[in-house]
Amino acid sequence: MTELNKTGAAVGEPTSDAKAPTAFLEVRDLKVHFPTDDGLVKSVDGLSFQLEKGKTLGIVGESGSGKSVTSLGIMGLHTAGQYGKRKARLSGEIWLDGTELLSADPDHVRKLRGRQMAMIFQDPLSALHPYYTIGQQIVEAYRIHNDVSKKVARRRAVEMLDRVGIPQPDKRVDSYPHEFSGGMRQRAMIAMSLVNNPELLIADEPTTALDVTVQAQILDLIRDLQKEFGSAVIIITHDLGVVAELADDLLVMYGGRCVERGPAEQVFYEPRHPYTWGLLGSMPRLDREQQERLIPVKGSPPSLINVPSGCAFNPRCPYADVPKDNLTRTVRPELTEAGSRHWAACHMSREQRERIWIEEIAPKL
Amino acid sequence: MLAYLIRRLFAAVVMLAVIIMVVFGIFFLVPKWAGVDIAASFVGKQADPAAVEAVRQKLGLGDPIFVQVWEFFKGIFAGRTYAAGGDVTHCAAPCFGYSFRSEQAIWPVLTDRFPVTLGLALGAAVLWLLFGVAAGVLSALKRGSMWDRGAMVIALAGVSLPIYFTGLLSLAIFSYGLGWINAEYVPIEESFTGWLGGMILPWVTLAFLYAAMYARITRATMLEILGEDYIRTARAKGMREQVVIRKHAMRSTMTPILTMLGMDLGALIGGAILTETTFSLPGLGQAVLNAIKNQDLPIILGVTLITSVAVLIANLVVDVLYAVIDPRVRLA
Repeated sequence: MTELNKTGAAVGEPTSDAKAPTAFLEVRDLKVHFPTDDGLVKSVDGLSFQLEKGKTLGIVGESGSGKSVTSLGIMGLHTAGQYGKRKARLSGEIWLDGTELLSADPDHVRKLRGRQMAMIFQDPLSALHPYYTIGQQIVEAYRIHNDVSKKVARRRAVEMLDRVGIPQPDKRVDSYPHEFSGGMRQRAMIAMSLVNNPELLIADEPTTALDVTVQAQILDLIRDLQKEFGSAVIIITHDLGVVAELADDLLVMYGGRCVERGPAEQVFYEPRHPYTWGLLGSMPRLDREQQERLIPVKGSPPSLINVPSGCAFNPRCPYADVPKDNLTRTVRPELTEAGSRHWAACHMSREQRERIWIEEIAPKL
Repeated sequence: MLAYLIRRLFAAVVMLAVIIMVVFGIFFLVPKWAGVDIAASFVGKQADPAAVEAVRQKLGLGDPIFVQVWEFFKGIFAGRTYAAGGDVTHCAAPCFGYSFRSEQAIWPVLTDRFPVTLGLALGAAVLWLLFGVAAGVLSALKRGSMWDRGAMVIALAGVSLPIYFTGLLSLAIFSYGLGWINAEYVPIEESFTGWLGGMILPWVTLAFLYAAMYARITRATMLEILGEDYIRTARAKGMREQVVIRKHAMRSTMTPILTMLGMDLGALIGGAILTETTFSLPGLGQAVLNAIKNQDLPIILGVTLITSVAVLIANLVVDVLYAVIDPRVRLA
């Protein structure tokens, strides 16, 4: 197993041709570790997935499950602008359109940022610079990658603001972030990230900081824009409702690892991991007339420094004692097939989980 | 923006009026209530009662309080005439009265000394901004490195060592020991290079103290700003790190530095007493120190007012610059 940053390889040169991927975005065994005074925090510890252009992947999990760390890792933002000695340690492979990003020259990755891959952040108020106008910030994003005059870039900014549904864009372009409402700010943020037509768009909890009434509008906007530009989209959220309609594929993260992955329909209607059941049970639903109390996932997320041996979910899992030989406490479960293109990491047998889902879980939801 | 400016200006004028009254109250009314006869302290020990009475009449010390305050106010803006019997003295505006000891008019004393202090404060400010902010930024960017630790140890020394120690040390080494610098104050009108020579040690000494404080503040602010979401956004756009620092992080870091600069400059212009005394600079600080020793009330009063005005102006400038830097302030 390779550790630490692989630097020094030629730009974009695959480490091994035999492994060159076919998918537009392919993440292989990604690990992101942070050294701290208390020990090594294993925020992401062996994550793999693929994503094609025009498709949407939803990454779901609770706070601290490694969702955001993963997205920042893809963007190369753990190593950009890191000062001091405590650097994040990344290993594994991230292939974007044939280029392996972790071994690529950092300046090459920087040039991909904002142009080939872009990101929408959770809280647009803090993610936009308070001292610069919306227009200045979009113009800046455009001119980093396009050698055009400020005038041309400004026209482009107005065009983008118009495209994301901001009224009177030629006037609002000169407003400051604090003069926008929350929803408008997030639209401006989206306009900024799409200004260079990126092929990969990562939205990190794009609606969490927003009013419920605005959330749907923003999600619709992201979907429309994706259709228009044909980009690959990763939506990161702790809210299954957000990705339910949007995502083609779902990836459920727990304790820095993937516990279930598959087509959204399957993960939703035939989930095969107790943690996913917990997420579904704790989601309020408006499409049912009567619902019993929400079923919370008991306990709290695992420490990422002393990850429980065995299955990271076992301390909170209601079925931890089902598998024999104390397996859940000693052996870490790997992803196994649970359907077509559908995997889950659980020690219970596929049949056991199918039975529990049908008999015990599904009727309560 | 204009409304903001007018509001600030108006507040400054009101503040100034209040300051004049309070200062006047402290220096002329409190002694009276405390039973100290200002006229007697003017004339000196073992004074002839008739002379004391003449002075009291001439300075108007027997008048009602409000008349005294009004006369003082009027003196500043329109000039004032002191009269006792046939002895008439006219004091042209701006009149702050006369020194009790040297009987000089106060205003020329202030205007003589003000440039010295202003030169000291501004020169030192340029130095400490250059070195302090640069050291702070570098320390933040190289957090935990030898440079960072070294710079912060020096900064700690700078903050802890008193001016009269570093000042005397620098005089002992560079002026008396090595003989590189003739540390005597020369007015700038006489010789520019002589003035520079005389000011260089005071500047460096004063700047060392402040540079240390600014380096620490800059470092802390910079570290905080670098953790802001909008810095991450700038990086996510694909911006070069250098530009991220220069364009996005520095601008936010300027805000607290500017606030400090306004207050420090204002306070220093009122007289850097320690520095001026250590280096024998004939500035406001030295004047006020002597005046306090001699109980020369009018000079103390004049310097205090000048200081207040300096602080007011410095704060006004900072407020305006603040609004220029941070658009959110314009609404406030």
